Amino acid sequence: MSLEDKYLITVGLEVHCELRTATKLFCGCANVFGSPPNTNICPVCLGLPGALPVLNRRAVEYAIAIGLALNCDVRRSVFARKNYFYPDMPKDFQISQYDEPICVEGYLELPVAGKRVGIVRAHIEEDTGKTTHVGSSGRIQGADFSLVDYNRSGIPLVEIVSAPDMESAEEAREYVSELRAILVATGATDGKMEEGSLRVDANVSVHRKGTEELGTRCEIKNLNSLRSLGRAIQYEARRQMEIVEEGGRVRQQTRHWNEDQGVTSSLRSKEEANDYRYFPEPDLVPLEPSSEMVELVRAELPVLPPARRAALSDLAGGKPNRSELEQIGTCIGLDLDGFVSSAAEAGLPFKLALSRAANELAALVGAGEALSPEAFVGVLKAEDSGRLSATQAKAVMAWLAETGGAVEEAISALGFVGLSDDEVGSLVDRVTAEHPNEWGRYMAGENQLAGFFIGAAMKASGGKVNGRVFSALLAGKRESAQS
Amino acid sequence: MAIVDMAAREIASAVRNRELSATEVVEAHLSEISAHDREVAAFLLVLADEARHRARSIDEAIARGEEVGPLAGVPIAVKDNMTLRGVETTCASRILAGWRPPYTATVVQRVESAGAIVIGKTNLDEFAMGSSTENSGFFPTRNPIDLSRVPGGSSGGSAAAVAARFTPLALGSDTGGSIRQPASLCGVVGAKPTYGLVSRYGLIAFASSLDQIGPFARSVEDAAALLSVIASRDPMDSTSLGVGFDASGIAEGVQGMRIGVVEEMLEGVSSGVASVLDSAIAALEAAGAAIERVSVPAARYGLSAYYLIAPAEASSNLARFDGVRYGLRVEGEDITETYLRTRERGFGAEVKRRIMLGTYALSAGYYDALYGKAQQVRTLIARDFAAAYEHFDALISPTSPTVAFRFGERSDPLSMYMSDVCTIPSNLAGHPGMSVPFGPAENGMPAGVQVLAPALREGVMFRVAMALEAAASEAAVPEWAKAAGSGGAA
Amino acid sequence: MSSDQISRDETLHIAHLARLAITDEEADLYSRQLSAVLAHARDIGALDIAGVEPTMHAVSMRNVMREDVVADSLDREEVLASAPSSEAGMFLVPRIMGEE
Repeated sequence: MSLEDKYLITVGLEVHCELRTATKLFCGCANVFGSPPNTNICPVCLGLPGALPVLNRRAVEYAIAIGLALNCDVRRSVFARKNYFYPDMPKDFQISQYDEPICVEGYLELPVAGKRVGIVRAHIEEDTGKTTHVGSSGRIQGADFSLVDYNRSGIPLVEIVSAPDMESAEEAREYVSELRAILVATGATDGKMEEGSLRVDANVSVHRKGTEELGTRCEIKNLNSLRSLGRAIQYEARRQMEIVEEGGRVRQQTRHWNEDQGVTSSLRSKEEANDYRYFPEPDLVPLEPSSEMVELVRAELPVLPPARRAALSDLAGGKPNRSELEQIGTCIGLDLDGFVSSAAEAGLPFKLALSRAANELAALVGAGEALSPEAFVGVLKAEDSGRLSATQAKAVMAWLAETGGAVEEAISALGFVGLSDDEVGSLVDRVTAEHPNEWGRYMAGENQLAGFFIGAAMKASGGKVNGRVFSALLAGKRESAQS
Repeated sequence: MAIVDMAAREIASAVRNRELSATEVVEAHLSEISAHDREVAAFLLVLADEARHRARSIDEAIARGEEVGPLAGVPIAVKDNMTLRGVETTCASRILAGWRPPYTATVVQRVESAGAIVIGKTNLDEFAMGSSTENSGFFPTRNPIDLSRVPGGSSGGSAAAVAARFTPLALGSDTGGSIRQPASLCGVVGAKPTYGLVSRYGLIAFASSLDQIGPFARSVEDAAALLSVIASRDPMDSTSLGVGFDASGIAEGVQGMRIGVVEEMLEGVSSGVASVLDSAIAALEAAGAAIERVSVPAARYGLSAYYLIAPAEASSNLARFDGVRYGLRVEGEDITETYLRTRERGFGAEVKRRIMLGTYALSAGYYDALYGKAQQVRTLIARDFAAAYEHFDALISPTSPTVAFRFGERSDPLSMYMSDVCTIPSNLAGHPGMSVPFGPAENGMPAGVQVLAPALREGVMFRVAMALEAAASEAAVPEWAKAAGSGGAA
Repeated sequence: MSSDQISRDETLHIAHLARLAITDEEADLYSRQLSAVLAHARDIGALDIAGVEPTMHAVSMRNVMREDVVADSLDREEVLASAPSSEAGMFLVPRIMGEE
C-alpha cells in the first residue's frame, strides 16, 4: 500500500487576481505591465508622507462582478491596514479588507471532479511593489542587496479564498483553471499567470485515512502556472506524509516552491508569529454597495463559463463523459464554445465539432491564429460528407487560419479537390490491375485488403482520392465481377 | 500702524487697493523675523527668497489689473507637517531632514491661490506629538510673551509666529488640541474645524482619524477669513466633507443664544484660568447669552481613549519612515538592521514612546480591550455632546487648564498629556473647537477660552468667539513690540 | 483589560514589531512609562459598554470613490533624488534576510 493510499490530502487555495482597471486602486497612476521601473508612481502609491488613498470605482465594480460570478453574497465592507515591514510595501502596511470583506460565502463547481468548492471570501486589496534581489547567489537568502520598483504598488487585486474542499492536485488545478475562466469572462482580469495577473498560494495538509483530525497545513507560495501548482501540491503532500509516517509533526510554515528543483522549502523567518495589527483604515470610509450598483454590475455580466458549459452539455444530448468535459472546458477557456454550437446548429455531429474545436482550433488559437466560425463549419461539413479526410480537414483549418479566405479556396489550394466518381472508378481499375494477387484474395473474401487498395490509390493519386468513395466503388467492382 | 500689527484682511485690502505693495508687506515681516526669531525660534525654515518672488508676482498681477484673491499679499506661516513641493518638509524630525516633497498639500495650494504668501515653515513637536514644542527634533520654540516659557504645542511654531507678529496668519494642525492649546498659551486665536472640512491631503499624518488643519490669527475675523479659504471639498481626501465655510454672519452677536459650560473641563484648572473663564461667562451674559453648566459625562474618558487611538494610528502612519525611499537611512547588515537603526536614530523619545504604545494597543490579544474599547468611547462622547447640544447652541470651557509653563517643568509624559484634557473630546467627536484669548491669567500670561459647537456649526462657534473677543482685554504682545515705534518697516 | 504591567520581554517584542532598536535600559524605561499610561487608561477598561458601536470615523460618509481615469505620475528623477540610495531607476536597499 503506497503512502498516497494511506493519507487524505486537503487543499485550500488563495488566488490573487489583478484587476484590469485603467488606474491603480487608490490613485490615478496607470495600471500597466512592463513600464520602465518607477515610472507609474505618485505620492499615493509611493506612500509619501501626507498622501491619502481614494478608492477606484471600477475596481469595486470588478470585485462585485467577481463576487456575483462566484455566487457570493456582496455586502458592506471596510478597508483595514495590515501592518508589517517589507521594502516592497511603501507605507509598511497594506490596505486590504480584513474582517469585513466585500464578498462572502460563494461557491464554484468543478465540472470534471463533479464537486462544489466553497468560496469563503473575496476581498479587495492593493498589490505591493516588486523587489529584485541582486547578489552572487541569485537567491533571496544571501543576496547582497535588492532593488525596488513601485510600479506594481497599488495595483488593485481581488483575493479569492477557497474553503479547504479540494482533495488532490488535480482538483486544485481544475479549480484554478475554472476560476480563471470565470474571472476572465467577467472582464475583471486578463488572467495571465505568467505575468502575475493570477497568483496562487496553496494551503496543503494531510491526514491519515480513518482519522478525523486534520493535519497541520503549510502554505506554498510562488506557484506561477497550473503545472507548478500540481507538482508543488504533490511534492508537499508527499513530504508531509513522510514526516507523519516517521512519527514526526508537520510544522505550520510558509514554503517556497522551487520550480527547477521541484521541491518546496521553508522560508526561514526571524519572526515566526506574524502580528499584523489590523485596524480599520482611517483614511477610507466604509464601502456599502447599493443594490442598484450590484444590479447594474449583474446586468452587465456576460454568460459565464458554468452556463456556457451547461449549454454545450445540452448539445451533447446527454451527460458528457470525462474527456468530453475536459474538451468542453478547453473550449470555454479559449472562448471556442461558439464554434461548437454553430457547428451543432448547422446539423454537424457534436462529438466531431467538439473534438476539432478542443484540439485543432485550440492549437491554432494557442499559436495566435484565428478562424471564423463560418469557415470552421464549412470545413466540418466537407469532412462530415466525406469530401475531406480528417487529415485534410485539419490541414484546411490550418491553411484558413493562416491565410483567411473561403473553404473552397483552401481545398483547391491544398490540392484536396476530390476526384470525380469516374476518375475514382478508373483508379479502382488501375490499382486492382496492378496488384492481381491481392485482388484475387480480396475477391475470395479477404475484406481487410480494401485498406491495402486505398493506400495504393492514395499513393497513386497523391492523396486526392476520397477513401470512402473508393471503398464503395471497390466493393461495387467485386460485386459486379462476382454476379 | 506698523505693517506687522495689521490684520490679514487689512493687508489684503491695502494690497488690492495699491496702498501697500505685497513686497512691502513681505519685507516688513521678514525684517521682524530676522530681528526676533533668533530668540523665539518659531521657524524651521524662512522662505525669504520664495516669499519675495511671490510678492513681486502678486504686485505685477495687481498692476496688470488681475484678480488676486481674498488674501492677496498676506504672509502665512505653515506648520512643517504640510508639504510644499521642492521645499524641505521635516515634521521637526531628524528622520525626514532634507526631504523635499514632490507635491504640494491641498491647503497650501488653496492659500496660495487666494493670494497668500508662504513665508516659512514653522516648528512643532516632532510629528505633532507633544504640547510644548520641546519635542522638536531640532530646537524648542519659545513663547514670545515670555521667552522662558513654552509656546504650547504641537503647533507651537505657528502660534508663536503669529503672536510675535512674524506673520498675521498661520496654519496648524490639531489632533488633540495642537492648534487650540498653543493659541491659548501664546494669546492668539486658533481654530480646529469639523473633521473633514479642510483637506488633509499633504498633511503628514499623526492620527488620521483625529488630525485636522486649521487657522491661527490675531483676530477672530482673520481666522474666519483663512478658514473660508481652506475649507472645501478635495477629491484627493476621502474624508473630505464636500462643503465650505461661509464667514458672513459671524458678527451677529450672541443675543438669545444658549451656551453651556462643560463641567468635566473645570477640574484641575488653575485659579487664574478659572477667573478668566468666569469673566468670559460674565461677558457673554452681558452680551445677551444664557449661560448654564452642563455635564458631558463621557468627556472624562477622552484622555484615555485618545492616548490609545492616537498612538495606535501613529504607529501605523509612521511605519513608512524606514530609510528606504526618503529621509534618513542608517545602514545596517541587512534590511531589518537598517530599519531598526534608522528608526532608533531618526525618531525622538516621545515619538518612540507613542509608537510603542500604539503598537501595543493594536497587537494581538489587546485590540478589543484597548483600541476597540477606545473607539467605543468615541461613540459615547459623541452621544453626550449630542445630548448637550439639544439644549445649547455652543459650549465653552478653558482651552488649557494652565497658562504656559516653563521649559522642562513637565518632564513626566502623563502630566504633559493632561494639558490636552479640555481639547481632546472634540477631536474624538470630530466637532469644531477654537480658542479665543481672554487673558491674562497667572504671571500676566495669556489664557484662552475654548468655544465648542456641533459638527459643521463653525458659524455659531465664530459668533461666540467674536462676542468674547469684543469683551476681551488688550491682547498680550511681545516685550519688544511694547516699545513705541519698533513695529518693523512701517 | 490585561494586567497593567508590561514586562520587559513584552516591551522588547513590541519594539521589534515597531522596528525600533532599544537598549535594555530603554526597555525598562519604556515598560514603566507604558505601564503608567495604560494604568491611566484603566478607567475605560472598567466601562461596561458592550454593544456600543465603535466610531472609526468622525464622518458618517460611505462609498467615496473616484472614476477610473489616469492622472499624471511623478517624475522618477525627482522622486529618486530623495532616496537614500538608488540604482538603475530603482530604490536600492540592503539585502533582505529570509523574510517574505
